[in-house]
Amino acid sequence: MRNWLNKWREGLARTRKTTFGRLAQLLGATEITAETWDDLEALLIQADLGVELTLDLLERLKARVRREGITRADELQQVLMEELRALLQPPPAIEYPERPTVILVVGVNGSGKTTTIAKLARRLQNEGRSVLLAAADTFRAAAIDQLKVWGQRLGVPVVAGQPGSDPGAVTYDAVRAAQARGSDVVLVDTAGRLHTRYNLMEELKKVRRVAGKAQPGAPHHVWLVLDATTGQNALQQARAFKDAVGVTGVILAKLDSSAKGGMAFAIQRTLGLPILFVGLGEGPDDLATFDPDAFVQGLLEPDRKAA
Amino acid sequence: MFDQLTERLNQVFDKIRRRGRLTEKDVDAAMREVRLALLEADVHYQVVKDFVQRVKERAVGQEISRALLPAQQVIKIVYEELVHTLGEPEPLNLTGPKPRVLLLVGLQGSGKTTTAAKLARHLRRQGERVMLVAADPYRPAAVQQLQTLGQQLDIPVYYEEGVPPPELVARAHRQAEQGGYTVLIVDTAGRSQLDDRLMQEVQEIARRVEPAEVLLVVDAMIGQEAVAVAQGFRDALPLTGLVLTKMDGDARGGAAISIRSVTGVPIKFLGTGEKLDALETYDPQRLASRILGMGDVLGLIQKAEEALDQEEAERQLERMLRGQFTLEDYLNQLRQVRKLGPIGKILEMLPGDLGRMARQVDPQQAEQQLKKVEAIINSMTREERQRPEIINASRKRRIARGSGTTVQDVNEVLRQYRQAKRVFKQLGRLGPAGLGRLFGGFGGLGGFGAPADFDGPDGDEAEAWPSAAEPTTSLRTRARAARPTPKKKAAPKRKKVKKKKKKKRRR
Repeated sequence: MRNWLNKWREGLARTRKTTFGRLAQLLGATEITAETWDDLEALLIQADLGVELTLDLLERLKARVRREGITRADELQQVLMEELRALLQPPPAIEYPERPTVILVVGVNGSGKTTTIAKLARRLQNEGRSVLLAAADTFRAAAIDQLKVWGQRLGVPVVAGQPGSDPGAVTYDAVRAAQARGSDVVLVDTAGRLHTRYNLMEELKKVRRVAGKAQPGAPHHVWLVLDATTGQNALQQARAFKDAVGVTGVILAKLDSSAKGGMAFAIQRTLGLPILFVGLGEGPDDLATFDPDAFVQGLLEPDRKAA
Repeated sequence: MFDQLTERLNQVFDKIRRRGRLTEKDVDAAMREVRLALLEADVHYQVVKDFVQRVKERAVGQEISRALLPAQQVIKIVYEELVHTLGEPEPLNLTGPKPRVLLLVGLQGSGKTTTAAKLARHLRRQGERVMLVAADPYRPAAVQQLQTLGQQLDIPVYYEEGVPPPELVARAHRQAEQGGYTVLIVDTAGRSQLDDRLMQEVQEIARRVEPAEVLLVVDAMIGQEAVAVAQGFRDALPLTGLVLTKMDGDARGGAAISIRSVTGVPIKFLGTGEKLDALETYDPQRLASRILGMGDVLGLIQKAEEALDQEEAERQLERMLRGQFTLEDYLNQLRQVRKLGPIGKILEMLPGDLGRMARQVDPQQAEQQLKKVEAIINSMTREERQRPEIINASRKRRIARGSGTTVQDVNEVLRQYRQAKRVFKQLGRLGPAGLGRLFGGFGGLGGFGAPADFDGPDGDEAEAWPSAAEPTTSLRTRARAARPTPKKKAAPKRKKVKKKKKKKRRR
C-alpha cells in the first residue's frame, strides 16, 4: 500500500511553512502575554477556522491556562492541539451495503468534483471494487469529455448522455447499467452548482430521487466536495447541500495548495458532517483518508526540517 | 452566534444611537464589531487590522457633523473607506500593437475558462475581432471545454496538441496577427502560486507575448488564502486586473478587499452566473454594500431606474396620495415589478433577512403567481377594476372562468389588493416618518438613516445628508425614489431627488 501519510505530510509541509511554521516560533519557550493571544487569534483566523470558532477556542484555552496554571507559551501549543483535535472525528468506515452502491458527488462550480471522482475510482479499484462512472454533469461544456478521459485512463466504464440532456436520466441509466454489469459502486458526477440557485438545487434533488427509483435505497452516500481554499462560505455551502440532498460526508479538495482547510472544523462541529477524504494533488492517487491527527499535527507541528 | 453582518452592525449602532454622541469608547466598541464582521466576510486578518485602524482614526478625530447622528457618521466612514479601498473600476486596457493579449491566470477551479469565453463575447460585442487560446493541456478536456464554448460563440479557439503552452501561445499570437484579430484571450491552466514549475511556465508565456492585461481570476468564495494567492501571482507576473467569479452565490466577497490591498490592481469584472452573458462591470459601492451584508440594493435600484416609467409612477403616486388606488393601479405596479426582470434575479438582490427569506421562494412559482394575478385583473371589466366593491359572487365566477383560475384565486387577489390599499392609506396618514419605518426594516440601509426609533428630525434624514454624504445619500434617496411601492412617500422631495439623480448619471 502507498504510504499516503507521507503524501499527506508532503502536501501539508507547504501549509506549515507558509503559516503554521510561525506558530513554532510564536509559541517558543516564552511567557504567555497579551501578544501571544493576539498572534494565536491571527493564526487561527488566517487558517480559515472562522471568527466564531476562533474566539471560542481562545476562550477555552484561556480558561485552561487559568485552571491548569500554564505559564509558558510552548505548553499552550499542546493544549491548542488537544482542543483542535477534540473538534474532529475520524471518518467512519465507508460501507458498501449493496451492489451497486450509489454515491452522489455534489459541490459548487470548480470545487474539484470530477478530479475527486477520478481519485475515488482509482481508490475503489485498488480496494478490488468494480466502478462505474455516471457523467451527470450535462451542463458544463466538455464536462462529459473530462470524465470520459478519466474513465479511459483508469479503465472504468462511463455512462453518459448528450450534453444538455437530463442529469436524472443519465443517473438512472448509469445505475441500471451498473446493475446489469454487476458493478460494485456507481460514482455520479453532478454539475457544479451554487447552493443559492434554487432551480439547480431542485434539479439535484431530482437526481437524488431518480437514483432511488433506479435502485431503492440509493444513493447510499452523498459526498460534498469542498475547495479547501473556501472561506466562511464553506459552511453555508455545506448546510445548503445537506438540507437539499442529505450530504453524508465531505471531501476536502485542493488541500495541497497553500490552503489550510480550517473550515473543516466548523463544518464538522456545526453540521456534524464527517470529513472523509482530502485531495492532495492532481494525480489519480492523490487522495488520502482524512486523518484528524495528521490534520491537526500537520497544521501545528513545527516543521523541523524546514526550521 | 454570528449572523448576517447587517444585523450585527444594526445592533452595534443601536447601542451608539441611544447615546446620542460618539465617544472614543463608542467608536472602539463599534470597531470591534466591524472588525469581526469583516473577518466573517473573509477579509484577510491583517487587511482588516489596517482597515479598522484607518476608520478609527477618522471617526475619533473627526468632528461630529451637525447634520448627522453619530451612528450615521460611523457607518458612513466605514462604508466610504470600504468603497475607497475597493477602488474605482477600470476598463480593459486595449492599447498597444494588435492583437492585444489578455492573459487569464488563477487557481484551479476559479473560473478562468468560463471567464475567457465571457470576455470573448463581451469584447466581440464591442466590435473587437477575438481569438481564444486553449493553453491548458493538463486538466482533462479543458481544451474541449474552451473549444465547445468557442463554438457556441462562433469565436475561433487556437490549439495544437503536444505543444508546450508558451510556444502554443506564441504561435496563436502569430496566427492572430496574420488573421487580423484585435484581441487574443489566453486561457491558462489552473495553478497554485506555490507550484514553481507552472509559475515559471506562465511567466514564460507572458514574456513571449507581452500581454496588455494579466487578469487574476479569483473565486469570490475564497477565504484568508486570497492574500497568499494574490501575493504569489503578483510577485511572478505583472498583474493588471482582477476578475471576481461566482458572485451570484452568497459569499460576501471580502477577499476582494484583501486582494485589492495586496496587489493594488483594479477589479475589472465580476462573473455573475454560468451563462456566457453573466459578466458585469464592477461598482465599488455595490460591492461594498455586499461585503457589509447590505445586499445589492444599488443594483436593484439601477434596474428599477432602467425599467420604471418615471412619469407613470408619479401619476400613480399622486393618485395614491389622494387615496385613490384602484385595481388598475395595482396591476400597473405588478407590471412594473415584472419589468425589472425575472423575479428570481430580483429576489437574489435583496439584502439581509429579506434576501434569506427570498431564497426560500421558488422563483418560478412567484413568476406564475404574478401571471395569475395579471390574468385575473385582466378578466375584470373596467368598472370592476375601478370599483372593486361591486364584484359580487357572480362576477367572481365570471372572472375566474375568464382567467382560467378559481373563485378562491380571485378572492386572494382582492384580499391582497385591499391589504395594499390599507397599507398605503396608513402610510399616507403617517406622513414622511411612515416611510422611514418602512425602510427601517430594509436590510442594512436601515442603518443609514431610517430606524424606527430614530430620534433625529423625523423622516427628513435625506435633507440632513446632502453635503456630507454624497454616496450614501444618493443611495438612500435613490432607494426611496426608485422603489415602486413606497414611492408616494418621496413626493414632497421629488424635485430634489431628481436633481441629484441627474448629477449621478453624468458621472
